[in-house]
Amino acid sequence: MAQQIIFFVLAAIIAIFSILAVTAKQIIRSATYLLFVLLATAGLYLLLGYNYLFAVQIAVYAGGVMVLFIFAILLTNRPGENVKTELAVRRVAAGATALVGLAFCGHVIYWNIKKVSELAVQADITPQQLGHSMLGTDKYQYLLPFEVISILLLACIVGAIMIARKR
Amino acid sequence: MSDLLTNLLSGPVPIEAYLGVSLIMFFAGVYGFLSRKSMLMILISIELMLNAADINFVVFNRYLFPGHLEGFYFALFTIAIAACETAVAIAIIINIYRNLTSVEVGNLDQMKE
Repeated sequence: MAQQIIFFVLAAIIAIFSILAVTAKQIIRSATYLLFVLLATAGLYLLLGYNYLFAVQIAVYAGGVMVLFIFAILLTNRPGENVKTELAVRRVAAGATALVGLAFCGHVIYWNIKKVSELAVQADITPQQLGHSMLGTDKYQYLLPFEVISILLLACIVGAIMIARKR
Repeated sequence: MSDLLTNLLSGPVPIEAYLGVSLIMFFAGVYGFLSRKSMLMILISIELMLNAADINFVVFNRYLFPGHLEGFYFALFTIAIAACETAVAIAIIINIYRNLTSVEVGNLDQMKE
């Protein structure tokens, strides 16, 4: 029962704050609401039993990405300035698109996936198991994507410095 | 509908509850992407959409293939790629702000000075 209560609290936080994040008038408030959404998502990962993903979500998203966002907002916005939105017609069109997509996907999910609602017991993923599967080259082991990600991160660091430096 | 509600309150949380949460998050992102002018708001909307996709990967892995780790690693690498993408995008936005003193997509009719 405790699990359901925690899930519903997290789900309510995610639903409310993700909608507030895209409708807030000031952009710094949007970023703050996004932070709440990301933290609640980390809570969902914890609820599902993926502790490592919880830590990664907190450290990378709620830590690194949010700091980047707040820096960028403070560098590019005058304080107290409201965000400009598109024309009213386009906003209505955007809302209609989102609602139609929501209804369609909700229909598909409700009528097709409700057969699989039991949750099999899963043993905790130990750090040892995680390390072996992340740094091995066999089937179901992920050394190659790991190294590719490291090269991508390096390229991003170099690219971001090159793009944003003063000339 | 009523059996769904009784399922929600007894037994484990069903998979479609998680999918519904990520669905709301994704389409909030779609709405923000289409209705905002500031490039930073568009980036925030993209983050919302990527995060919803991450939740879906993890939930499908946990419910349909417990004991495997494919969805787990997909979510992990998606988080890393999203961080990269945000860093480069914010560098580009700051560069644009320096050249045009505005980050609205309407003013962006030239990428080269």
